[in-house]
Amino acid sequence: MTEFLQFTLGGVSFGMVYAAIALSLVLIWRGTRILNYAQGAMAMLCTYIALTVITHTGSYWEGFVVALAAGLVLGAVVERTVIRPVENKPPLNAVVVTIGLLVLLEGIAGIIYGGQYRSFPTAFSLTGLHARSVPLGISRNDVFVACAVLAVALALAALFRFTSVGLRLRAAAFNPYAARLLGVRVGRVLTLGWALAGLIGALAGLLVSPDTFLYPSSMDSIFVLGFTAAVIGGLDSPVGAIVGGLILGIGLNYVGGYLGSNLVPIFGLIALMAVLLIRPSGLFSVTHERQV
Amino acid sequence: MTLLRHLAAAIVAGAVIWAASVQLSAFRDFQMAQIAVYVVAIAGLSILIGLSGQISIGNGAFMAVGAYATALLMTHLNWPWWAVFLASPAVAAVAGAVVGLAAARLHGPYLAGATLMLAVALPSLANQFPGVFGGDQGLSVNVFPPASLGANFPQTRWLAWICALAALVTLVILANLGRSRVGRNWRAIRDDPVAAALAGLPVGRLRVLAFVMSAACAGLAGAMLAVTTSLVSPGSFTLSLSIALLAGAVLGGLGTLLGALWGALVIVLVPTYVTDVATSHGFSGGVAANIPIAAYGVVLIVVILIFPQGIQGGLRRLAKQFLPTPPTLGSPGRRPPVSEDVGPDSPYRRPPVSEHQEEGTS
Amino acid sequence: MKRSFSLRLPVVAAAVTAASLVAAGCGSSSSGGSGGAAASVPGITKTQILIGSHQPLTGPAAPGYSEIAPAANAYFQYVNAHGGIYGRKIKYTYLDDGYDPAKTTSVVHQLVLQDNVFAIFNGLGTPTHLAVVKYLNSAKVPDLFIASGCDCWDNPSTYPYSFGWQLDYIREGKILGAYIKQHFAGKKIGYFFQNDEFGQDGVKGLDMEIPHSQVVSRQSYVPTNVNIGPAVAALKASGAQVVVSFSIPAFTALLKLTALKLGWNPTFVVSDVGSDPITLAGLLEAFAKKGGATVQGNQLTQGIITDGYLPTLGNTGNSWIALFKKVHDTYDAKAPFDGNVLYGEAVAYAFVQAMVKAGKNPTRAGVVKAIEGGLSQGASVAPYDYSATDHGGIMGAFIGVIQNGAIVQQGPVWTTDTTPSGAVTPFTGTQPAAPASGMP
Repeated sequence: MTEFLQFTLGGVSFGMVYAAIALSLVLIWRGTRILNYAQGAMAMLCTYIALTVITHTGSYWEGFVVALAAGLVLGAVVERTVIRPVENKPPLNAVVVTIGLLVLLEGIAGIIYGGQYRSFPTAFSLTGLHARSVPLGISRNDVFVACAVLAVALALAALFRFTSVGLRLRAAAFNPYAARLLGVRVGRVLTLGWALAGLIGALAGLLVSPDTFLYPSSMDSIFVLGFTAAVIGGLDSPVGAIVGGLILGIGLNYVGGYLGSNLVPIFGLIALMAVLLIRPSGLFSVTHERQV
Repeated sequence: MTLLRHLAAAIVAGAVIWAASVQLSAFRDFQMAQIAVYVVAIAGLSILIGLSGQISIGNGAFMAVGAYATALLMTHLNWPWWAVFLASPAVAAVAGAVVGLAAARLHGPYLAGATLMLAVALPSLANQFPGVFGGDQGLSVNVFPPASLGANFPQTRWLAWICALAALVTLVILANLGRSRVGRNWRAIRDDPVAAALAGLPVGRLRVLAFVMSAACAGLAGAMLAVTTSLVSPGSFTLSLSIALLAGAVLGGLGTLLGALWGALVIVLVPTYVTDVATSHGFSGGVAANIPIAAYGVVLIVVILIFPQGIQGGLRRLAKQFLPTPPTLGSPGRRPPVSEDVGPDSPYRRPPVSEHQEEGTS
Repeated sequence: MKRSFSLRLPVVAAAVTAASLVAAGCGSSSSGGSGGAAASVPGITKTQILIGSHQPLTGPAAPGYSEIAPAANAYFQYVNAHGGIYGRKIKYTYLDDGYDPAKTTSVVHQLVLQDNVFAIFNGLGTPTHLAVVKYLNSAKVPDLFIASGCDCWDNPSTYPYSFGWQLDYIREGKILGAYIKQHFAGKKIGYFFQNDEFGQDGVKGLDMEIPHSQVVSRQSYVPTNVNIGPAVAALKASGAQVVVSFSIPAFTALLKLTALKLGWNPTFVVSDVGSDPITLAGLLEAFAKKGGATVQGNQLTQGIITDGYLPTLGNTGNSWIALFKKVHDTYDAKAPFDGNVLYGEAVAYAFVQAMVKAGKNPTRAGVVKAIEGGLSQGASVAPYDYSATDHGGIMGAFIGVIQNGAIVQQGPVWTTDTTPSGAVTPFTGTQPAAPASGMP
């Protein structure tokens, strides 16, 4: 029973990281109908920037803030330079561009920082928490991870619901032509969407790197599972991203615990295919595909 | 007539390759075999994306299926090379059918995502059943030249011959397929699935068929890879392989078979060249090994932004400048204008990447 | 619709392919052996010995392992600066295979067929090298001192040109297992191992020594999945008091961190592959630097039991460490002086030993014979067992404990074989001192 509890709580930490990646992918998808395969690599680069800052100043929070800012900037720059030309082209172009970006960013990280595994610090203690001397399998840092992602998700939801910026984001995503006619600067709004997604991605990188160590391809498997979570939850649905992330994180923890570490990617595939067979647009999707 | 023309072209190309393999060194023969591997894999993917409009980032997984089928058949049943070259694509085709049926309802990023997950997950099966698949150490494959060619016949030349033969046969089949009714139907469902369905085409079945075709090509390429590498292990079938295939297809020119050749040439020859240049300029081994990776990314981005038709498209444009073509009454492959009621997730809502005015081969 | 160039293009394509292959060949220089007489040995000229290797410079295995080849090259540069081997300088070309066997085959074919290397030296990785071992032996290319602990290279009848070097994983498992059997009798043992030949061979060796009744849990991991929380939780739930880990450094560090999270502190016994204190300290340093932290980096590695077949890095009184540190500081100063660098230099020393023994006019068959005639003990703590029937290499190691960030030897050096019945016996000889000139 303790094992089950530990698996469940342990899965929450990784699950929230997948949820963060999924959330950033959903944000980009809703705005530009593009799936950003480079999301993990962008997060990785921001995390390296954070590490450089932390090593120089000794302060975790300074590095944290700089990384989030870098995520904003990187997301905006990527959208303006590389993504803007392919926004109105067939989807294949965006796929190739983002994959090219992924490869490029990993190569750059390899050149600047080298391939060595870097240790990444945490803000909070790593010693396990106990409930009446039963180890729960999570640490204070894990609680921080979950809270940080939830806070960002709620902040994002508030942004969309209650601010005019959010209204513009939603309008541009829903119908860019009409929005443009109503005076929304669609281009700028899309850049903002990518910037926010970059920020969330950077957050995910900061939160997960203590557990994975930081190296150029450290975010690859996190991205694949975050992407799976996004698809499971529905690429249109931010709620789906969080739920999908949690389900995937906890579920795969059970698989790893009871069945073995090797089966995790296979079960990820099974989960993905199962959801897509039943609901081809994901669990929480609102758009309905017209079947031909 | 088309078949005869394609066969004649293949025979001539085969003669040129045979002559080259004898003249060039053993190492170039080996590279020819490698190029043939990628030509087959990229051709299948290129036709899938270019003709039927489905994006797959998982063909590396089907290569793994073909490679393991080859290793198992040769180890346990002692099948000769030509038998496994026929059986591996069949096995991979079955796998492709299974995946294609599951994925037939998926479009755009959902299909890409499912194939991505497939590419990541499938090779780990080898570690799950190490008794059968040899685990991380893999299964070994040995192909030797037949005794009739003499004891000193270089193995690399034999590999070049059988791989080139397999590649040429595949290209002839794909060229004919592209020119046939099936090819035209694929283009129809790519351009406008609603209209195609209204015209009576079985859209789902055609999609699965395209998937099966590309999986079979990948399976054959996997068999050829097994034979040239002489070892089949999960480390050869990572996500980077699937990405390399996609890159090769795009760089070469989607939907064209010669594009597959250009893509294969780039993938096999360019990275080592770039590393050589980098090391000779004094970069350390580790940095020099990362430079081709970064360059790869830059090339992908630049090509798709500026030259979306890839090398073959560029060549065709050059050829049009210099070679006369008879006038045609409107281009047969012209796209219909963008229709607003094509769904937001449809990959077909905009003009596609490459212009397929003529079908198939070149 | 007639197409006037339909036949031309495929032919043009084939011709272009052939031409590009020729052009690519002209582009990259083929070094060594050009213009030589037909009877000359490949890779050997009056002034140069050309050797090649395949190494993971990028990809999943690059962290750590990518330091080995530059370190070996540093030692070769030292030798070159001091006269070389009979006047010949060693040129070491190591190419990246990204730990992908398909690339390994390609790279090795290039080295052998295009660059005409004399030998392949220290090819790294088990699956990667398995892809080329048959080819190298059929092409009669010396395949020296393979960087892998698989005992499959010790097969003179099938692979006469291949030689292992490092202590193989089965022997290592036996040595660790014998220590555990002696010092932890009656305790519950748990295994944590990488799910490939490295971990599985290690477990094989452990099982040859540790009674099966003592082993309460066996958990494996794959390098692609860093979430080992469930595996460690399972180990804890089984009540294991000693955990034997055949893991790479990243996963040793993760194991320790995860155990910490679970509030669990068993005794850890870690394979030499994953226990280098400097690498571990680097991986754990972020957790040590926090002001007022409850977690100190050194604290995390304190008390880890491990083995070693090369002298410990902190042992500056050892002549080999002094020599290799000097070489490192002169030729490879950017890299940290850690276990990988020590490994690279030590195996490079073995190569120079072999070439010196092969004489003034080395041939490929000659260097094989030279090694089979036996190599005197070099930097390793146990002697080599090279002979006509044995291509294995180092056959023993000592047990050590990590204290204050360095491995401290406990007890003698142990030697054994790879069979279940072979005993683990203490080695009574002493390690010879490093030669004063630094060259064999």
